[in-house]
Amino acid sequence: MNQKYVGTGVRKSDARALTTGQPVYTDDIAPQNALIVKVLRSPHAHALIEDINVDIAKKVPGIACVLTYKDVPQNRFTMAGQTFPEPSPYDRLILDRRVRFVGDAVAIVAGETDEAVDRALRMIKVKYEVLEPVLDFHKAKDNPVLIHPEENWVANCPVGADNKRNLCASGQEGHGDIEAVLASCDVVLERTYHTKANQQTPMETFRTFTQLDAYGRLNIISSTQVPFHVRRILSIALGIPKSKVRVMKPRIGGGFGAKQTVVTEVYPAIVTIKTGRPAKIIYTREESMIASSPRHEMEVTVRIGAMKDGTIRGIDLYTLSNTGAFGEHGPTTVGLSGHKPIPLYSGTQEAFRFRYDVVYTNVMSAGAYRGYGATQGIFAVESIVNELADEIGRDPIDLRMQNMVREGMVMPAYYGEKTNACALDRCVQRVREMIGWDEKIKPRVMPNGRIRAVGMAMAMQGSAISNVDVGAVIIRLSDDGTYNMLLGCTDMGTGCDTILVQMAADCLECRMEDIAVYASDTDTAPYDSGSYASATTYVTGMACVRACEELRGKIIRQGAKMLNLSEEEVAFDGKRVFSLEDETRSADLASIAYSGQCGCSDVLSATVSHSSPVSPPPFMAGAAEVEVDPETGHVELIDYVAAVDCGTPINPNLARVQTEGGLVQGIGMALYEDIVYAADGTNLSNSFMQYKIPSRLDIGTVRVEFESSYEPTGPFGAKSIGEVVINTPSPAIADAVARATGVRVRTLPITAEKIVRSMMDKQ
Amino acid sequence: MKISYTLNGQKVTDEVNPAQPLTEYLRSRGCYSVKRGCETANCGLCTVLVDGRPVLSCSTLTARIDGKVVETMEGLQSEAAEIGTYLADEGAEQCGFCSPGLIMNIIGMTRELKNPTEDDIRNYLAGNLCRCTGYVSQLRAIRKYLAEKEEA
Amino acid sequence: MFTTQNYVVASSLDEAYELNQKPKSTVLGGCGWLKMGRRMMSTAIDLSKLGLDQITEQDEYFALGAMVTLRQIETHPGLAAYFGDCIAECVRHIVGVQFRNCATIGGSIWGRFGFSDPLTLFLSLGAEVVLHKAGVVALADFVNMPYDRDILVEVRLPKRGQKAAYVTHRASATDFPVLAVAVCRTADQTVCAVGARPQRAALVVREDGEAVQAFADRCADTLTFSSNLRGSAEYRAHLCRVLVRRAALAIEED
Repeated sequence: MNQKYVGTGVRKSDARALTTGQPVYTDDIAPQNALIVKVLRSPHAHALIEDINVDIAKKVPGIACVLTYKDVPQNRFTMAGQTFPEPSPYDRLILDRRVRFVGDAVAIVAGETDEAVDRALRMIKVKYEVLEPVLDFHKAKDNPVLIHPEENWVANCPVGADNKRNLCASGQEGHGDIEAVLASCDVVLERTYHTKANQQTPMETFRTFTQLDAYGRLNIISSTQVPFHVRRILSIALGIPKSKVRVMKPRIGGGFGAKQTVVTEVYPAIVTIKTGRPAKIIYTREESMIASSPRHEMEVTVRIGAMKDGTIRGIDLYTLSNTGAFGEHGPTTVGLSGHKPIPLYSGTQEAFRFRYDVVYTNVMSAGAYRGYGATQGIFAVESIVNELADEIGRDPIDLRMQNMVREGMVMPAYYGEKTNACALDRCVQRVREMIGWDEKIKPRVMPNGRIRAVGMAMAMQGSAISNVDVGAVIIRLSDDGTYNMLLGCTDMGTGCDTILVQMAADCLECRMEDIAVYASDTDTAPYDSGSYASATTYVTGMACVRACEELRGKIIRQGAKMLNLSEEEVAFDGKRVFSLEDETRSADLASIAYSGQCGCSDVLSATVSHSSPVSPPPFMAGAAEVEVDPETGHVELIDYVAAVDCGTPINPNLARVQTEGGLVQGIGMALYEDIVYAADGTNLSNSFMQYKIPSRLDIGTVRVEFESSYEPTGPFGAKSIGEVVINTPSPAIADAVARATGVRVRTLPITAEKIVRSMMDKQ
Repeated sequence: MKISYTLNGQKVTDEVNPAQPLTEYLRSRGCYSVKRGCETANCGLCTVLVDGRPVLSCSTLTARIDGKVVETMEGLQSEAAEIGTYLADEGAEQCGFCSPGLIMNIIGMTRELKNPTEDDIRNYLAGNLCRCTGYVSQLRAIRKYLAEKEEA
Repeated sequence: MFTTQNYVVASSLDEAYELNQKPKSTVLGGCGWLKMGRRMMSTAIDLSKLGLDQITEQDEYFALGAMVTLRQIETHPGLAAYFGDCIAECVRHIVGVQFRNCATIGGSIWGRFGFSDPLTLFLSLGAEVVLHKAGVVALADFVNMPYDRDILVEVRLPKRGQKAAYVTHRASATDFPVLAVAVCRTADQTVCAVGARPQRAALVVREDGEAVQAFADRCADTLTFSSNLRGSAEYRAHLCRVLVRRAALAIEED
């Protein structure tokens, strides 16, 4: 196929609007008369509401409604934006009598102004029966204190959940006889690694407005990655038919998985249902920090067995995951903590075992964050492989070259999938050159006394959820030979609205500006599961390619008809359908388009849904060079290099920015990002002042290169890129710090204090 | 309280809530480029120019713009579009939510610093947080913008 | 977000002082953290039209008006020429240029925040504050005075030939310091101010002939440290030994 746009770094089509500050985000377009909606939040980690008095609050001038648990439907639901039936248990009510974390919703207040609503919030009198909370996730399973004792709690999928044991999910799987393999290994290491909850912190906080349209339907305009899931979830939560709900997403100010959970939508929606009025909720940064959908805290214990020559023969992994007060994404994230790291060593692996428990606790519910469990598992496995290299005296890169998965191999720990496209070996070699590994592998003491060292890690992810995710595209020929493309996926800044047009323009042999793209609206777009799980380029991209093919067929048919020729006698070059025998006989695209609008019963349009039976992993390698101050423990990141195999990069600029952005999020996770709770369960990391994300002074050089492969099941050979990029910094930086100081930090973040303490303990 | 000031070249006299943060006041006047990203003065999304200097509008009381010259991106559309093309050529605007604040501070920087070094740029813009890009592409864009501005 | 019944742009310090005697009145600084907390004030007093936004060099000292911004201090050529890099070093980590264009030295010093960078450096430089009622007070005394209803008008940095170094440890570049150390030498003595312990900065005087590491150790052993999100008391004490030594050596180098 002719590739004019695919493979080029074209600008995003919404760039001008975004960079000139046009009003294109949720709060910019909310109606001026929308009621302001806010939530009263629990000061207790675990309590029952004994009594709640809203009489005075309701009398505050300008208050339109005050809602408590007595006013909401009693249908339990999950806020996880996942394909039905959701693996996440139905454990939520819009408002519940039991509050399960500090910050949990107690009441909803709506009024004309901020001030009126703030006043009313202060006037609500709540009497709590304070209960003992479960704050230590090690003690949650089978704790006598139950977080979800309710009888109408439901797990829709067989994920090993049991609310009477505080279990959101539990299970095990394996291949081969892991105990026998480990018993016959020369070396077996066992280590426990602990990754903490992290916030995605999109710069635009969670927000939604709702209103009734001319048909009396509930319209929801929300900063969401999952419009179709929002529609279904709200229909269940509110007990209204889906036909009564329409969801639209305007421009989104970042997502990173945060907005794959329905964090705010229910609050204004129920206000609009109750009052008939437009309503909006704009979460403060504080609310976005204390009542949102952060990464699952996980403790991963790994046993790895190897021979003295470096052959890695078996991996046994147990993950304990903390889902917090509710089960959003709990049963699924944990799976990736095993399914993504273990297959990296498919090259030599004889056996593996993966066991897990996901527990409820009285902290904020976790959710989906870029990497989605893979990040946690990869920190553990890549770290233990680095420790193994130390143990047997091997170069960590050589050890990986010996054991890594390669093209054409079957990965037993990854649903038995075979790698069609895998450039992991090239990625590792590339990173070795980029960082100057062989010269820098020995730590160097700098003239200022600081120590420089390097460390590395590998990673993989998936491309969409196989056999589940659906991407869809409607493309139609419009007046004068231009096209309209309707998408159900959600560009959250990543640029999918642009790259899908790049693909379509190449498929249709037209200019990008000839295709008008629109996304996303549940009334007009085809069903798409949404933009998450690294799905959009791979799955919706394939839908796009197929839809364009189908439309080309229809254009050819219509053109042939106009030329009184058969389809076999003509061709289409993007501008006209012409006779193969006599190229002067042709019908141009505009006339074909107009003919389709006049006395024609065929629609010049194609709608294609696509789902994939496989989820081809993107691969990458990353290496860090750090400079550690051995006296203060301060770690300065000097250089981070990465080589990525995402198949074909459709738009190299956007793929590069995805990588750089993901790496820097990973760097924050590695070095300081940490959600910290006080002993009573109060979230102390409640602002950008207390939860620091990297600033541009916190990163040294970040360099990215691509090692292309060709994935035959993806559009133009593409795999995914969105998530894999966050996975290498934690293990690579931990390894570099270990090489510099001798200290292995196994609990993130790798703070200066942890390094100094361990160094002093050693002395 | 009554104040008089200049907003994007227009003289304005207005009855205002003096203690209202300038962010909310400017949005109420239709300046939607001014975004709020936090309550702790950490993110830089709300950056506007007051008497030519970049300030956090979230930390500026509306009373204090009395007699001042206030500029938002609504009044600097051609500069924004120009800098925006450099960002867009790198894909560095991404979600775009932090772009107005960043570009306003870039404009502030170019008015204050002559030939800033890479370190100068990083230091001057340190108060503009971005979660999408990891900053690297923004730096590439800014260097190119400054270099071509220098040539012209 | 704070709310106020009256907002007064003071036309004189006397007026501001009078207004401030009412119990729920508050003098506004740079308002850097406007949206934090939920204070209700009867009167908010704005000093922004009293000409307190100037840095002037006198024979004996530099006078920094209470409304001088941290950015003015950072970029002032006179301060840099006299005191060297330490002035810019003590503010350049604070959030960003836009924040430092808002935050005032008056707000920073009046607040006597434990994490305050300028408080720590200025204490070591032997700064004084000018209060409307109480007059000139040494910062070393002011730092331990209870909050009262006086008004901070000016901060003075005396010109005593100080040679000072400011050193901090931070978890990330624009974060509050885990520990902040300023060591300042004059013809008479060498002192060290240690801030972000996380309590307010405190001074320790170097003894005659005391070795650098002994001085640093004495600072760590005599000052109190506590734990918070950013670090434990033990770690802060450890940092104190390192950073005081480094700062002291830095000013001895030339």
